[in-house]
Amino acid sequence: MSGPLLAVSGLTKRYRRGGKIIAAVDDVSFHIEPGETLALAGPSGSGKSTIARLMLRLIEPDAGNIEFEGSEFLSLNGAALRDRRARLQMVFQDPLAAFNPRATVARVLDDPLRIHHIASRAERPRRIAALLERVGLSPGLAGRAIHEISGGQRQRVAIARAIATKPSLVVLDEAVSALDVSVRAQILRLLLDLQREERIAYLFISHDLGVVRAIAHRVAILDAGRIAESGDARDVIDAPQSAIGKALVAAAPRLPRIEQDAS
Amino acid sequence: MTALLSIGDLSVTYRRDGAEVAALKHISLDVATGERFAIIGESGSGKSTLALAIAGLLPASSRIEGRIDWVPPSPSRGAKDRQSFLFRNSLPLGGRDIGFVFQDPSASIDPVMTVGKQIAEVAHAHLGLAWRDAYTRARDLLERVRLPVPDAAMRAYPHQLSGGQKQRVAIAAAIAASPKLLIADEATSALDTIVQAEIVALIRQLVAEDGMALLFISHDIALAAELAESIAVFRHGELVEFGSTAQVVSAPRHAYTRALLEAHLGLDVEPLLRQTGT
Repeated sequence: MSGPLLAVSGLTKRYRRGGKIIAAVDDVSFHIEPGETLALAGPSGSGKSTIARLMLRLIEPDAGNIEFEGSEFLSLNGAALRDRRARLQMVFQDPLAAFNPRATVARVLDDPLRIHHIASRAERPRRIAALLERVGLSPGLAGRAIHEISGGQRQRVAIARAIATKPSLVVLDEAVSALDVSVRAQILRLLLDLQREERIAYLFISHDLGVVRAIAHRVAILDAGRIAESGDARDVIDAPQSAIGKALVAAAPRLPRIEQDAS
Repeated sequence: MTALLSIGDLSVTYRRDGAEVAALKHISLDVATGERFAIIGESGSGKSTLALAIAGLLPASSRIEGRIDWVPPSPSRGAKDRQSFLFRNSLPLGGRDIGFVFQDPSASIDPVMTVGKQIAEVAHAHLGLAWRDAYTRARDLLERVRLPVPDAAMRAYPHQLSGGQKQRVAIAAAIAASPKLLIADEATSALDTIVQAEIVALIRQLVAEDGMALLFISHDIALAAELAESIAVFRHGELVEFGSTAQVVSAPRHAYTRALLEAHLGLDVEPLLRQTGT
């Protein structure tokens, strides 16, 4: 297979609100290479999450194409779509809302293994233990309910579930935004480890440029449904050209640099 | 400096599933008149319990020990003016002396009352203004918190506003009775970075103009450092470090404070991606 892992072109989604038509996503194009992280950054309402939902086909676009692993993702249906979905996974901001809170950790990880015929019933407990270890959790956690474990542990379970089907691309929608800062750093390191070892690409959606700069190779900055600028994450954030890029950089909280006296 | 709010040896214990959980352990701190004071901590640090304790909003099942003293500034300062209270008995505060802004404005604003009325109600109840004057004050406040088209906003319902606009309304209601202290508990955490910066700038301006003290409760040490003159770091219900912002940020004494500073992903640090050599 040649060409990018994912190529999105001309993606457009309009909503009707109060008699007016609003383009939530307006002619957006981008691509992601295997093993690469592209961040989509932007303020609330810039279209980031609508793009994530279009990518997962939770909603259908008004125009545009999504080419994923060489095939037209938007025209897939039924079994073909289900098969391809194993390769494109998702992690949301709040795993408590994404999972049945009363389900056990084992149940949450068992579903993708069963649905995508990845492991036989007899083999699954071993695969679940391996997945938990892969994301830095004790296999002993398997019997615990989702609502009993900490937020950081839940997000690790969400990542384990996403990688269970051996995806080539994971969409992370504000996946570290609700975590404590110390936990956030651990989760970002885990994502980088997984990327390096399994060559997973990420579409990393975030409003936080500090996080984007820490983890992404490239960034596209969105404003009102359009890409205002894009490029190497560090170059764009260190010297933004667009008005929205400059505003986002100016608004990022900074630790005051206080010079310490040598005396 | 005069202490406006003085907390001494405060402990709060919740009962949960028959077990006792210590949410705050022997906390002592003073907030001076006009001071900008930040409390930072992660989940479970007790920072929001402290805000609720000061507000007198802790659940009845919680056990509270220690003291919270409120010292209203008056021309004739002195020991006699000091009103000591155990907050479950007498509350000198609640909206009049202390204004509160919480993380989710939708949870603290009445969804079926116009924006103008909710703000006017605070001025009517606490300042004893006639409704007509209270509405005039509400409109002035909406202008002060820089809501576009204040006259239209007066008649609007909360669901017609954006998240940032709702937080501006919550701030207007919080300061409507001219409190001496404004408590902002994760007031910008649900907002995007640009709106967060606007709200922080607004809070800074309002406390300066009105001479209010500020208790800014946040998980974000960089944000707190931009706003506050002093910082208290909480962890597992304990106050682990307290000092001026310059001291806490540039010469932290506690390992946990150092860990929080290192976990901050600033725009001027080496990206994780490069550190791991991908």
